[in-house]
Amino acid sequence: MNLRKVTTEAKLMLIGIPVLIWTMLPIYHLVLFAISPKDQAMGGQLWPDHPTLHNFEVVFRQQHHYLNFFWLQMWNSLVIAVATGLITLMIATGAAFAISRLKVRGGRLAMNLALLTYFIPAAFLAVPMYKTMGVYGILNNQWSLILAMVTIATPYSIWVLKQASDKLPYELDEAAKIDGASPLQLFRLVYLPLMTPSLVAVGTYALLLAWNEYLYAFLLLSSERDITLGVALGNFLAADDSPWELLMTTGLLYALPPAAIYYTFKRYMVGGLTAGAVKS
Amino acid sequence: MATLALPDERPADPTGPAARTSMSPWQRWGLILLAPYAIVFVVFVMYPVGYGLWLARHPASYEKLIEDPVFLRAVFNTLAFLIIAINVKMIVALVLSGFFVVARPWIKWLSLLFILPWAVPSIPTILSIRFMLNPEWGLINSLIFRLTGADGPNWLNDPYIALGIAMLVHIWKSLPFWTLILIAGRLAIPAEHYEAASVDGATGWQKFRFITWPAMRTLYLTCTILSMIFTMGDFNSVYLLTGGGPADLTHVLATLGIRYLRLDEVDMSMAAIVIALPAVLPLVYFMMKRLSK
Repeated sequence: MNLRKVTTEAKLMLIGIPVLIWTMLPIYHLVLFAISPKDQAMGGQLWPDHPTLHNFEVVFRQQHHYLNFFWLQMWNSLVIAVATGLITLMIATGAAFAISRLKVRGGRLAMNLALLTYFIPAAFLAVPMYKTMGVYGILNNQWSLILAMVTIATPYSIWVLKQASDKLPYELDEAAKIDGASPLQLFRLVYLPLMTPSLVAVGTYALLLAWNEYLYAFLLLSSERDITLGVALGNFLAADDSPWELLMTTGLLYALPPAAIYYTFKRYMVGGLTAGAVKS
Repeated sequence: MATLALPDERPADPTGPAARTSMSPWQRWGLILLAPYAIVFVVFVMYPVGYGLWLARHPASYEKLIEDPVFLRAVFNTLAFLIIAINVKMIVALVLSGFFVVARPWIKWLSLLFILPWAVPSIPTILSIRFMLNPEWGLINSLIFRLTGADGPNWLNDPYIALGIAMLVHIWKSLPFWTLILIAGRLAIPAEHYEAASVDGATGWQKFRFITWPAMRTLYLTCTILSMIFTMGDFNSVYLLTGGGPADLTHVLATLGIRYLRLDEVDMSMAAIVIALPAVLPLVYFMMKRLSK
């Protein structure tokens, strides 16, 4: 009995340890570069002889010509992510409420069009989106990226919110109607409070999507003062003499906020975003 | 009068004749709340898609495309990605979903770390992998040199190895998401089924074969198709790792569009997408049938 218990634990370890190494290796390597002095970063060591926070100091003080706009670009990433999250939330919540609760005419068609959009691979839409933003005259304006990210984030958001919304009992709506509530009162006083967990999940999803985006960001923005931190990291690569240890330090700083946001809202995210998928 | 008065009693019924003549506040608010999405759809989906199709209208673009070896190679690479990377990823996700549902404190902690590749942006981690593989000073080749005394391969300079690593990067990045979905699928199976099977003396494999798999089959297939559609749009795993090189041999359809855009051949870039539609649309049709009810 005891022996069987030991074998079970050993088998679990046999899966768990490779999973840990596989998952953490690129992230550990990122951290390793960030805490290594310039001459040791490229020595192939698994731990530096003298770990240092010097790279962070250089990045924070913007003491390299690749980093002249570090704080501004971090701010750009934040503004674009938050704007995308809020606008997506407003559009998707309204649409899901109209489709699921108000049973608006054309709601089913709208839902199907949104799903169809969700199934367009994002890279396929990138070039037409780039040309379109040119036609609208907002290329190199941060609104073009915000609107593009809203376009990509809304379909899945509407779908998740509609699935959650369909599960609310209709007796609530009937009771509100009998009490003489207007559609807006139903929305504000009944719908929004009950939907809060799903709304948090969807808002976080859109925010992370925009913060992490690279392709659309580098197509739609180009001025050093407008780009996000992700695009700035890509620009590092263009040169041969790039300071790799600073690039990795900046990358680590860029990766920290989304990780923190994910862990903060994890219990909403996992439930909210996987519920729809499982049901199907 | 009576026929007019009747629908007024059921103002929320959209099929009622009154809904067409005088709009109830419920319908009016429904349209107002749906309008922002309708505008986004028309302005940022319908117009770009129409514009893209219009750019792709010249038959000459397709003739040029078929003659371009980079395009043919990209089609081959995309197929390899879809067939190899997706299936490996989904099978591993299925196995790992069984591992992560085991109740152990350390597995709970591991599952928290396991999600990181999906939660953090692609660019820092893919660049980290790229540096790790640097033939002269990368961590991997330094370790190979220290252990064997031999020089390691120039990983990203060989198109097949580079494509293989791009697939590994794709798997590394999106495995957590699909594992999460399959974990949710496993947790939805009633525990009594497994208890009953244990009483009957079923082995672990028999439990998987007769309980887990029948319950998960549909979800697994849906995930595979959805992952295939998304993977065609996976730009980062290839572009940030190899940039399509060496010698444009590792492009996939997702990166090809940007390559033609850079060469100022937008009609080619749209034609490359249109030519992929016969493969994409059946998958999309399948997903629409599944998800829209």
